[in-house]
Amino acid sequence: MEMTVAGLACARGGLPILEGVSFHLGPGQVLILRGPNGIGKTTLLRTLAGLQPPLAGTITAPAETVAYAAHADGLKAVLTVQENLQFWARIHGTDTVSEALEAMNLADLADRQARNLSAGQKRRLGLARLLVAGRPVWILDEPTVSLDAASVALFAGVVRRHLAGGGITLIATHIDLGLEEAAVLDLSGFKARYQSGAFDEAFA
Amino acid sequence: MTALLLRDLRLAVRAGGGFGLGLAFFLIMVVLVPLGVGPEGELLARIAPGILWVGALLACLLSLDRIFALDHEDGSLDLLATAPIPLEGAVTMKAMAHWMTTGLPLVLAAPVLGLLLNLPGGGYVWLVASLALGTPALSVIGTFGAALTVGLRRGGLLLSLLVLPLYVPTLIFGAEVVRRGAEGLSVTTPLLLLAGITLGSIALLPFASAAAIRINLR
Repeated sequence: MEMTVAGLACARGGLPILEGVSFHLGPGQVLILRGPNGIGKTTLLRTLAGLQPPLAGTITAPAETVAYAAHADGLKAVLTVQENLQFWARIHGTDTVSEALEAMNLADLADRQARNLSAGQKRRLGLARLLVAGRPVWILDEPTVSLDAASVALFAGVVRRHLAGGGITLIATHIDLGLEEAAVLDLSGFKARYQSGAFDEAFA
Repeated sequence: MTALLLRDLRLAVRAGGGFGLGLAFFLIMVVLVPLGVGPEGELLARIAPGILWVGALLACLLSLDRIFALDHEDGSLDLLATAPIPLEGAVTMKAMAHWMTTGLPLVLAAPVLGLLLNLPGGGYVWLVASLALGTPALSVIGTFGAALTVGLRRGGLLLSLLVLPLYVPTLIFGAEVVRRGAEGLSVTTPLLLLAGITLGSIALLPFASAAAIRINLR
């Protein structure tokens, strides 16, 4: 699995905010996106995940290969941990729920309703969904929010195993995950220049 | 895709509100009408088809904004849009879950409530038949409205305004089936038109709903 992004431009709310974003990731490579708040990390990740079309440029990895984890975990409060994960496993046609629970240290909580989880436990459950999606490209938006140090290390281990299996990972984060092998892309340099007429183009 | 249907049904049953709300509204409305109109059996019998259909329609309308709003809030909708199942299939399943939790209970409760409104004997079969045939259209059209307004703050009002005109043909032909049935006339024409509306909605609107969601998620 490889991912090549060339000359990508994306917009938020109709206004171009990033342009000329290019990078290449081979199997087992991880890229960390950095940049100040509002630079467009989430917008870029949503574009790569196929949730919004790019204004320009190309992405070689089709959206069907991407597992996306955003700020919202997509959990249902009245379903148990097991049921939440089982649902996504069935949607993705996989059968690795117990392994995913084990990997994210959630096995003991399997029968608890998601509403009774702590914020960090919810996050771990949200990230466990990546494991049942069975997709080669992981796109993670601030995955470590509300995780404690032990859970961050646990998750870094999960990411490493994914990479060792030939997967690709993109992470937008301000926190050091301890992935020394990661390439870093600072988005500050790709800020879209303000052009007169940008408004009209965006709404054309 | 059945996983999505089962999850929605399970959520509706466990979360309570979604499941009972429409039915409770229908019961309250139909019980209150005879109290408001007075004990004139003949008048009640004449307005019964219309009241039952308007009640069912409003009960459906009540739970529409929940179809996508909750999934949008907790991020599930983003994940469903990127999932391997086609979004068109997902919205069809959402509409079906809405019908099974809202429309189907109405169909089952309607004959009992027909009694309260003094519906003439010949009308009961056609009441059940017309609701069973017409309420799926209400759910599918409503899902389209919900898809159009997903992500809007206080989209509920806009949703009602968008959906109500689309509900009108279903209401007219649905109530007409019951009225003709109650009077012992032939119901073929309105029944076929009602079936046509439902089948047409089911065939076309999932594509429109999925397109609307894709645009709203951007």
